[in-house]
Amino acid sequence: MDLYHQNIIDHYKTPSNYGEMKGYSLVRAEYNPTCGDRLVLYMKLDENRVVDVSFTGSGCAISMAAASMLTEVIKGKTIEEVLDISKEGILEMLCTSINAGRLKCALLAWTGVREMLKP
Amino acid sequence: MLDTKHIKSNFPILKTKSNGYSLVYLDNASTTQKPKAVIESISNFYRKDNANVHRGVYSLSEQATAKYEEAKEKVVRFIGAKDAKEIIFTKNATEGLNLLAFSLGKTFLKKGDVVLVSGGEHHSNLVPWQLASQIFGFTVEAVKMTVEGRWDLGDFQNKIKTLPVKIVSVAHASNSSGVIHPVEKIVPWIREKKALLILDGAQSVPHMPVSVARLGCDFLVFSGHKMLGPTGIGVVWGKKDLLLQMEPYQGGGGMIREVHLTESTWADVPERFEAGTPPIAEAVALGVAVDYLSAIGMGAVFEHEKQLTEYALGEIQKISGVEIYGPMDMISRGGIISFGIRGVHPHDIATICDTFGIAIRAGHHCSQSMMGVWKTEATARVSFYIYNTEKDVDELIKAIGKVKRVFQIKN
Repeated sequence: MDLYHQNIIDHYKTPSNYGEMKGYSLVRAEYNPTCGDRLVLYMKLDENRVVDVSFTGSGCAISMAAASMLTEVIKGKTIEEVLDISKEGILEMLCTSINAGRLKCALLAWTGVREMLKP
Repeated sequence: MLDTKHIKSNFPILKTKSNGYSLVYLDNASTTQKPKAVIESISNFYRKDNANVHRGVYSLSEQATAKYEEAKEKVVRFIGAKDAKEIIFTKNATEGLNLLAFSLGKTFLKKGDVVLVSGGEHHSNLVPWQLASQIFGFTVEAVKMTVEGRWDLGDFQNKIKTLPVKIVSVAHASNSSGVIHPVEKIVPWIREKKALLILDGAQSVPHMPVSVARLGCDFLVFSGHKMLGPTGIGVVWGKKDLLLQMEPYQGGGGMIREVHLTESTWADVPERFEAGTPPIAEAVALGVAVDYLSAIGMGAVFEHEKQLTEYALGEIQKISGVEIYGPMDMISRGGIISFGIRGVHPHDIATICDTFGIAIRAGHHCSQSMMGVWKTEATARVSFYIYNTEKDVDELIKAIGKVKRVFQIKN
């Protein structure tokens, strides 16, 4: 499938869950030095559950779309469910083929989310 | 313009396809492609001439040594110097700058001294000085850049005058903006200060006539792979009287006069700076690359790139939504254009270009300080060489149009 299919472009141009969060439980900055993609991820937890998640940042379409989609996916999930999402799961979610050079972009938000939640 | 049809026929890789399209290679500031003569010289060396240099008493070693030394003769003539003893072969320009930072640091610099760089340097002319400063105690200061990517000459002169500057180490031509810097302006200030001048020629030596005699620098550093040569070979040229005073950078075989268990004395130059077995086949192949460029003539190389750059600048500026970083005109600039499309990240531009077989660079080009001047994280960059044509530029322009369509950029 075309790397830049409409869904990716849509998420890039009008990302979901974009913006700072007040009263967050967790916050984390991620940086991809090869591209210069920057992300700040915010999360609100209720016991074991991600009740709210948002992000800010700038970067390529792949990194931004992946962050947007991932925040949609994990909202409402338990920590265990979120940590269960695999690399392959992210690529399936993006529904596109990504070459090795751009894999970091695709996985930037996923890496950040895992770092925030891992025990 | 050069006879690109003939030149292209000398480069096997330019006949290959990339993603189903004929390869359009526009990342020459990063590394250039190699002509058949260079590729074959490596295999020929290993078939016919291979032995270690400066060591064997047998004929084959003498033959390999002669080839290695011949490469130095070619290189020294190519940069307008005379004595091949002033040529040190390194791995690349980066290693050359590390060699100078550590050797000059140890030999000449002390706490309080200043090494002056510019705010537009490649990381290879910044980080080695930072590392060496931690050991030898000197300070690194940077000259301000204009938004075009030129030196702020007022700041340059002021810093040389007022700071205890011992070394000025700057790029001759920029790898991000394409600017060719006015070395002749700073040389008198440096001489008056009795400081040393190092030029990073990685982006100038491959693209224009360079003469160290005319430039008036003390050291010149460049890479072989950016000028048709193989990877793994770079050059430091330095004035012999300075090299003779300098401490070695790395220790090992070949760089010593006498070795005792706890102390040693150093070989003459340039051997003092070439510890261990050098990249021999690579040196010989660099000599072949120098022959290839010399046959075309560096004036003609520069003129070819100039015409392509002028054409590309004109075509790119016709596209709405595209912004060019660095000079828009042809004054003192080489064949590098940094640009962006508003609303699209440079990596996405490069990825879409790649789907049409067009290789361009996207990123900070190892010059994050220059990105800071431009207030961006990254740019897309095209850089030309002798085999590029106006048709390559046309393909690029079409691809930029496609990028705008994919990202639905209307203006």
